[in-house]
Amino acid sequence: MKTLEIPTFECETGNYHTFCPISCVAWLYQKIEDSFSLVVGTKTRGYFLQSAPGVMIFAEPRYAMAESEEGDISAQLNDQKELERICVRVKNDRNPSVIIRIGTCTTEIIKMDLEGIAPKLEKQLGIPIVVARANGLDHAFTQGEDTVLAATTHRCPEYNHRTTNEHEEDVAKDIAVDVTPSNKCNKLFDGRSKSNKYNLVLFGSLPSSVASQLNLESRRQSVSVSGWLPSQKYTELPALGEGVYVCGVNPFLSRTATTPMRRRKCRLIGAPFPIGPDGTRAWIEKICSVFGVKTDGLEERENQIWKNLSDYLEIVTGKSVFFMGDNLLEISLARFLIRCGMVVYEVGIPYMDRRYQAAELLLLQHTCEEMKKPMPRIVEKPDNYSQVQRMHELQPDLAITGMAHANPLEARDIDTKWSVEFTFAQIHGSTNARDALELVTRPLRRRSDSILGCRSLSRQAVNV
Amino acid sequence: MKLAYWMYAGPAHIGTLRVASSFRNVHAIMHAPLGDDYFNVMRSTSERERDFTPVTASVVDRHVLARGSQEKVINNISRKDEEQHPDLIVSTPTCTSSILQEDLQNFVDRASLSSESDVIPADVNYHRVNEPQAADRTLEQITRFYLDRALKRSSLDRSVTNSPSANIIGIFTLGFHNQHDCRELKRLPGESGILVNQVIPEGGSLKYLKDLPRAWFNTVPYREVGLMTATFLEKEYGMPYISITPMGISNTADFIAQIEKLVNVWSSALSEKRLNYESYVDNQTKFVSQAAWFSKSIDCQNLAGKEAVIFGDATHAASITKILVKEMGIRVSCSGTYCKHDAERFNEQVQGLCDEVIVTEDHTEVGDTIARIEPSAIFGTQMERHIGKRIDIPCGVISSPVHIQNFPPGYRPFLGYEGTNQIADLIYNSFNLGMEDHLLDVSGGHDTKGVSTKSLSTDRRDINWTPEAESEPKGIPGFVRGRARKNTEIFAKRNNISEITIDVMYAAREKSSS
Repeated sequence: MKTLEIPTFECETGNYHTFCPISCVAWLYQKIEDSFSLVVGTKTRGYFLQSAPGVMIFAEPRYAMAESEEGDISAQLNDQKELERICVRVKNDRNPSVIIRIGTCTTEIIKMDLEGIAPKLEKQLGIPIVVARANGLDHAFTQGEDTVLAATTHRCPEYNHRTTNEHEEDVAKDIAVDVTPSNKCNKLFDGRSKSNKYNLVLFGSLPSSVASQLNLESRRQSVSVSGWLPSQKYTELPALGEGVYVCGVNPFLSRTATTPMRRRKCRLIGAPFPIGPDGTRAWIEKICSVFGVKTDGLEERENQIWKNLSDYLEIVTGKSVFFMGDNLLEISLARFLIRCGMVVYEVGIPYMDRRYQAAELLLLQHTCEEMKKPMPRIVEKPDNYSQVQRMHELQPDLAITGMAHANPLEARDIDTKWSVEFTFAQIHGSTNARDALELVTRPLRRRSDSILGCRSLSRQAVNV
Repeated sequence: MKLAYWMYAGPAHIGTLRVASSFRNVHAIMHAPLGDDYFNVMRSTSERERDFTPVTASVVDRHVLARGSQEKVINNISRKDEEQHPDLIVSTPTCTSSILQEDLQNFVDRASLSSESDVIPADVNYHRVNEPQAADRTLEQITRFYLDRALKRSSLDRSVTNSPSANIIGIFTLGFHNQHDCRELKRLPGESGILVNQVIPEGGSLKYLKDLPRAWFNTVPYREVGLMTATFLEKEYGMPYISITPMGISNTADFIAQIEKLVNVWSSALSEKRLNYESYVDNQTKFVSQAAWFSKSIDCQNLAGKEAVIFGDATHAASITKILVKEMGIRVSCSGTYCKHDAERFNEQVQGLCDEVIVTEDHTEVGDTIARIEPSAIFGTQMERHIGKRIDIPCGVISSPVHIQNFPPGYRPFLGYEGTNQIADLIYNSFNLGMEDHLLDVSGGHDTKGVSTKSLSTDRRDINWTPEAESEPKGIPGFVRGRARKNTEIFAKRNNISEITIDVMYAAREKSSS
C-alpha cells in the first residue's frame, strides 16, 4: 500500500452535475434575517429555485426572481428603470434592511451593469444593495455563498484598533458574552486579554446554533469570537480592518477569504475546516497558535468525541467511498472519513483552491499517513460519465453524489448518499460529528436488511 | 422585468427534454451553463427513475462567451454518439443559447456528418413558448422528421392495420399521473377489441415511428401535449384524431362514442360488422366505475351545493370542473387555468359550469381569489395546496406542477373508468376532511392534543433552564425536541448540575449516543 504521496491533482472536462450557485439564496435568506434576495435572470433560474430548494418556496421566502423578458434582453427596456420599479415594490412589500441582488448567466451575457446601477438605486431607495454575481458561467453550487459574502465584506463597518475606548468596550463585551466562565478559563482570559489584542472574525454562513457551538469551542481555549460574517442580521455585520484576524469555517469561501485580506487589511488564519472532531481540533489549534494561546485539553476532548462515535465507526471502518464532487466540502469530508477508517477512492471537486485549502490538504495527507490509507485521487472539474465508468470498476461501498445520479446508482447496486444534504445538515464542530456520520452511515445501515437480496434493479445493461 | 416567486409552467427547454428523454434511446444535449441540468434531478427524484437521465450539457463558460462554442457542441455530440450510440441526439437550446444567438443548426449539420446518430436541433424559442408548448412542438418535430425521412426513402407503409387500432399521443415523463393514465387508456379501447398501435413519446422507439400512420386514428388525452402531432398526422396522412379527455364518466362515454364513430366509418368500407359500445359503456358506468353510484349515494348528497375552486392546466381544470358540477352537484365558484395560450378553448369548456373564470400565471391572484371565495375545498396544483394550508381549506391535487408525492407507486389513473373511482375518492376525502376538522373545532377539538404537549420528564422543577438554553431547543426540529430536552436533563442530573446552560446542553448532546 502506498502511504506517502504528495497529493496529485487531475482535471477533467467539467461535464458534471451540480446546483446552480444561485441556490445559495435558499440558505442565506434564512441566515440573514432582515435581507431580501433578488435573483435577476430568466425563467430557467426561477424554475430551478422552485424545483430544487423545493418546499421552502411555499413558506413566503424572502427571495424572488426579477425575471428578464424579451424586452430586457434586447435592451428595449431600461435596466435601471426596471430594477428600480421592482426594488421599490420589494421595499414596500417587505421592508428589508438590505437587498442582495444576485446576477446570473443572463445578466453576465447581456452585460447588465448591476454594480453600476446599485449605488444609484441605493441612494434613491435608502436601502443598501449588495450585488453578487453567482452564475453558472464561473461558479458551482456553494460558491454562490462565496460571491455573496465577498460582496458583503465591503459593507462591514471599519474596525479601529487605535481607539482605546472602543477596545476596552470590546473586552468588556467579551467578558459579558462569556456566560459560563469556568475558573480556569477566567484566569487565562484575564491574563491574556490585555496582552493579546486579538480580534477574531469567522466567516461562513452556519445555522445560529452551530455558530454558537463553534464560539463555545474557541471560548473553551479562551479565544473569543468577536463576530461572524454573515451575522444573523445585516445591521450587525462585524467590524473589519487592520488588526482583525479572519478565519473560514467552510472550504468554498476562497473569494471571501481574499477580500478582507486585500481590501480590509485583515489577517487570514489558514486552518483546516472544523468538520469532524479531527478537523475541529486542528482548526482550533491553528487559531490558538496564531494568537499564541496554549491549548488546553483538546486531545482528551477529541478522544472523548471519537469514543462516543464508536458505534458508527464500527459500521464505516474499512468501507470505501467515492466522491463525485459538487459542493467543495469534499476534501474536508474525505479527510474526516479517512480518519474514521474508510478508504477514499476518488475525491471529485468542482474547484480546488490550493492556497485557501492548503492546511486542509496537509491534514488530509497526514491523516492518510497516520491511518495507513492510500492518498485519494483528487479530480477537479470531474466528468460524471467517466466517473460512473470508474465506479463500475471500483465498486465502492458508498458513492457521495448529487441527486441526478443517486437513484440510477442505487438501481445499479451502488449505495449512495445525496451530497447536498451535507450542505444543509449541521456537520461543523465536534458536537455535530455524530450528525455527519449519521448521514454517511445511513445507506450503509440500511444495507444490512436489503430486500429479497435484489442486487441490481436497473433495466439498462452496465457496459464497463 | 417581472417580479416572480413561483411559476406554474417551466421554461421551454424543460418541455423539450421531457419529450426527448421519454423516447427510448434518445439523448438530449443542452447548450447551457453549469447547473442548468437540474432536469436530471427532477426526473431522477420525482419519477424515481432507475436509469441515468439521457440529458447532458454542453457547458457554456467564459470561453464560450469569448470565442463562441466553436467545436465544443460538435465534440460533445460526437462524444455522446460514440459512448452511448443513441438513435437520435436532440440539440436543445436554453435561454443562454438564445441570447448568445449561436447557430445551433450549423453545429447540428456539421455534427451529423460524422455521427452515427441522427442529430436535430429542437426548434423552440425560449422567449415565445413555455414548457408544455415546447413539448408539444418537439414531439411534432421528431415525428415529422422520421415520417418525412421514411417518405423520402419510400419505406413508409401506408396501409392501415387489419383490425382497428389507435395511437396514444402525449404520454411522457414528469406528466401528472401519466404512467397510470397510459395503462388505463390502453385498457379502455382494448376491452372492446381495438389495438394500441403505438404510444408516444413514453417508451416509444424511433424506428417504429414510421408505422404511426398505420393506426386507424389517434387519441390525444391531454390538450397541452400532442395536438400539434395529431393535426400534422391528420393533414399529411389523413388520420382522424380524438381530443376528448376521457376524464369523468360523461367525458369517457363521449370518448368511447367517438371511437365508435371513427371505427365504424372504416368498418362500413371494409364491410365488417359495425361496432356498438352502448352496452359496454352502460355496464362500465354502472358497475365498474363506482362514480355514478357514488353520486347517487347519500355521501354525495351531503356535498350538494358546497363550493369549490379549481385551478390547474387546461385539461385537468376543465375536466374536473365538469365532474364536480355535472356528476356530483358541487358548486364551482371559480375555475381557472395557467395555460394562457389555450384560454379561449378553456373558457368554452367551462362556460356555464362556474361563476367565474380566471386565466393567470400569477399565483398571488389565485390565492387572493381563493381567500375571497373561501370555498369548502380547493382542487389545484401543489401551490394551491399550500395556499389551502395557510387558510385552512383542504385541497386535492389535480394537476402539475406537483411534488414527489404525486408520483405514487400505486395505481392512480385520472382517466377512464378506474380514473373516475380515483377522482371520486380524492374529491370526497378533501371535502370530508374539511368537514371533520370543522366538527372537531365545534366540539372543542381532539382530546389527545393536551396530552401530547405535556412534558414527559416528571421532576422538572429540580432543574433550572437558563433563558438562553431554554430558547436553544427551538433550533431542534419539533419531533425530537422533547427527547433532546429529556436527555439533557438526565445528563444534568447524573453530573449534579442544577442549572442547564447552553454549554451543558451541548455537552449532553456530545455524550448522548442516540
